[in-house]
Amino acid sequence: MRVALFVTCVNDALYPRTGIAVVRLLERLGVTVDFPDAQSCCGQPQYNTGYRREAEPLVRRTAEAFAGYEYVVTPSGSCAAMVRSHYPRIGRAAESEGRGPALAALAEDLAPRVYELTEFLVDVLGVTDVGAYFPHTVTYHPSCHGLRGLGLGDRPRRLLAAVRGLELRELPGAEECCGFGGTFAVKNPDVSAAMGTDKTAHALSTGAEVLCGADNSCLAHLDGILRRQGAPLRALHLAEILAATEEEPLV
Amino acid sequence: MTGTYLGMPAFPDAAREAVRDEVLRANLRHATHTIRDKRARAVAELEDWDRLRAAGKAVKDHTLAHLDRYLLQLEAAVTAAGGTVHWAADADEANRIVTELVRATGEREVVKVKSMATQEIGLNEALEAAGIAAYETDLAELIVQLGHDRPSHILVPAIHRNRGEIRDIFAAEMGDWGRPAPEGLGDDPRELAEAARLHLREKFLRAKVAVSGANFMVAETGTLVVFESEGNGRMCLTLPETLISVVGIEKVIPTFRDLEIFLQTLPRSSTAERMNPYTTMWTGTADGDGPSVFHLVLLDNGRTDTLADEVGRQALRCIRCSACLNVCPVYERAGGHAYGSVYPGPIGAILSPQLRGTGSEIDATLPYASTLCGACYEVCPVAIDIPEVLVHLRERVVQGGPVTREGIRVRIRPADGHTAERAAMRAARLLLDRPDALRAGERLLARARRLRPRRLPGPGRAWTDSRELPELPERSFRDWWAAREKAAREKGARP
Amino acid sequence: MSAKEQILARIRRALPEPRPDADIPRDYLQAHGARTPAETVDLLAANLAEYRAKVHRVDEDGIAVLLARLLAERGASSVLVPPGLPPHWLAAADPTRIHDREASTPYELDAVDSVVTGCALAIAETGTIVLDGGPEQGRRRITLVPDHHICVVRVPAQVVDSVPQALPLLDPTRPLTWISGPSATSDIELDRVEGVHGPRTLEVILLGAQ
Repeated sequence: MRVALFVTCVNDALYPRTGIAVVRLLERLGVTVDFPDAQSCCGQPQYNTGYRREAEPLVRRTAEAFAGYEYVVTPSGSCAAMVRSHYPRIGRAAESEGRGPALAALAEDLAPRVYELTEFLVDVLGVTDVGAYFPHTVTYHPSCHGLRGLGLGDRPRRLLAAVRGLELRELPGAEECCGFGGTFAVKNPDVSAAMGTDKTAHALSTGAEVLCGADNSCLAHLDGILRRQGAPLRALHLAEILAATEEEPLV
Repeated sequence: MTGTYLGMPAFPDAAREAVRDEVLRANLRHATHTIRDKRARAVAELEDWDRLRAAGKAVKDHTLAHLDRYLLQLEAAVTAAGGTVHWAADADEANRIVTELVRATGEREVVKVKSMATQEIGLNEALEAAGIAAYETDLAELIVQLGHDRPSHILVPAIHRNRGEIRDIFAAEMGDWGRPAPEGLGDDPRELAEAARLHLREKFLRAKVAVSGANFMVAETGTLVVFESEGNGRMCLTLPETLISVVGIEKVIPTFRDLEIFLQTLPRSSTAERMNPYTTMWTGTADGDGPSVFHLVLLDNGRTDTLADEVGRQALRCIRCSACLNVCPVYERAGGHAYGSVYPGPIGAILSPQLRGTGSEIDATLPYASTLCGACYEVCPVAIDIPEVLVHLRERVVQGGPVTREGIRVRIRPADGHTAERAAMRAARLLLDRPDALRAGERLLARARRLRPRRLPGPGRAWTDSRELPELPERSFRDWWAAREKAAREKGARP
Repeated sequence: MSAKEQILARIRRALPEPRPDADIPRDYLQAHGARTPAETVDLLAANLAEYRAKVHRVDEDGIAVLLARLLAERGASSVLVPPGLPPHWLAAADPTRIHDREASTPYELDAVDSVVTGCALAIAETGTIVLDGGPEQGRRRITLVPDHHICVVRVPAQVVDSVPQALPLLDPTRPLTWISGPSATSDIELDRVEGVHGPRTLEVILLGAQ
């Protein structure tokens, strides 16, 4: 099976180890991974901040970059939700504003082919035990766009639970937003920080060594708070845990 | 809407104060978490919840699509049942109508059932200016009124107050309005409720005029419905001689049968009960039972403008249950007052900028008072996609565009203060739309990795005030991939 | 232009034509679960009790004694009586009967200790009794101002399972009062406490063969 990796701009620029982990993990599971070089950003920052027109070229770019792939896999629930829920909306809006049906067609075509990583593993590959080894205590924060936008349900936790050596600790108030929210983090910094601090306090209360998530943008916010506090807890993307084995520990 | 809230600071500034108020945060956390879990249990009892939700949405959408027809049908039914119907295009007109109706009775005071519509139009202030005292009778509204305060929640306007604060307000203020609080009043909620009972009883028994809102109006029968818990609603709706109800035009539903949906979804979503203690339904006037004079004031006040917005009109489905407030992490921390409106929380963030327009600082910042986490949409019993409307309104703020104001279609300009942001968004898009430029940018960034500052200047400060910056990698994923491909090619593993 | 014309014109301008009628999906349940009549009555009793109504069960032979006892335990010296209340219900009770009259003032009602009524129907799933102002129930205010309300429900005849089953049996042109437990509030810290302006004590008598 051949898939295209949609690494996302945040991971490309700031968290390449997450992208590398996805490649290792998928290749270990017998999947051939392509990285279409024309990809960049899904346009979510523009769209969610109100600059829908600025997002349009990025919708086109993303759709064209992944044309022809049956499976486009991304280690970000947020970017997957952007493509799946908002791309068709952006396409329809462009059409209703007189810019033709082409964008809508591209968006509709791409949307059902994009899979968040855990969806791809559980639903398409049909695996929950990916053969990982990670001898640490972990607590999992389900980011909102994965949880409510995509309906990932317990897929991430099932994958984590199958990792050898890993002890999963329940995160109190898990389903509550971490306070990142894209530009919310800088437009409403006080509320954002208050939410993040409550989230990290919950994570610390579990006594886990690792705060795991499936969206590096949320983790950048939480990790930034943890490091500012000097807290003994580090944030780590789910893909990196799933990629780790006894032979090849962390990327 | 009225001027009551004009001049409110932008949401982020108001929220900053609230976040620092530890008593307020503790009060809100306690109250919203209490109700959140109860609501989830009450909803889980109904296996057909999703179907009820879909039906409620469909009834509301259908009504809105034929609002003219159903309002005319309602007017005819209420009139046939002995009521009088008035129409008010805006707050001033509604206030004028109510003031004149009260004056005509010769009374100088009215008792009030909790009503969002009358708060929205500032009716109490208008009546006061006309020398008419309006007494709020819902316990939470009483706390707000006695405390010279503003409401901060749709269902529980005094949610920002804890029992100790309520005790202090009752002890200090009740005497100025009527029967004083009992000596040595404690802070047990039962005791506080008893004090309110005694204080308000004299007002109920002597009241000749009452003012209410309504949760629903049934077009086919002319029936109005008020959901409540304390019995203050029943007091106001049945003891006085004259009843004046001010109701937003979006509260109409087509048939009596349609109530079977909302009688199941509203109590569970609001107070997390299978059913609220009291629901009163009345149709015009009844011989010898309840008020002999009934006036219904149908209020527009920005609703038809909201209706004209294809995306935003779904906000008019709202049945004011407050489930979205109780699950909202931003509301929990910013508090209701930061929203600068009688409609706080997620629903307020989409309703106020539509009813009032996005011209003021507070209204232009409300669409951004959300992380778009989606918890509000998930619990909404009429499936209002609040995140979708928020993003839509953000667009209106930064890009301007066509809107309807007071029935007239106009094109608004982008709000002030977004010039730098617009430039940055455009620059980012230009960069992101060119992978070569992006790659070059990423390499520049990687070279700067040792310079990682603890605090950024300018807008970046909002990040680094409370968080470290991410550590920059040595190279981007893109470069790692290219290197790997190159190595593979050299080994002949790949073409 | 009148406000009415103005509002109607704005609505018509706001909405795109044509505007077809929508089909409302009514695939929600008419009742939650299948129960025998006896089970439905049991559920009503349980839900009433959960919201702090006091529930009693009695048959026709026992109702006069039960009502006399409940009023005596309350220490009631006066009781409001709707015009059509079956006279034998209160045959054994001591308190002074106060009749439901249009001329009574709220102050007079406030001086009465208790009220005894029938009901239009009761809903098991929500623990609700519905009054429609019929002869056994009287004007709305008589079940509101006194602090003690005893409501008699004939079981199983007057009990339905659910809200959707209740509405077709009710006449919307009559004033309707839906009661689910005694007066309550959640206004202090969103915690429910019973007892504000309405009757603080609600007793429900389930009247039928035992």
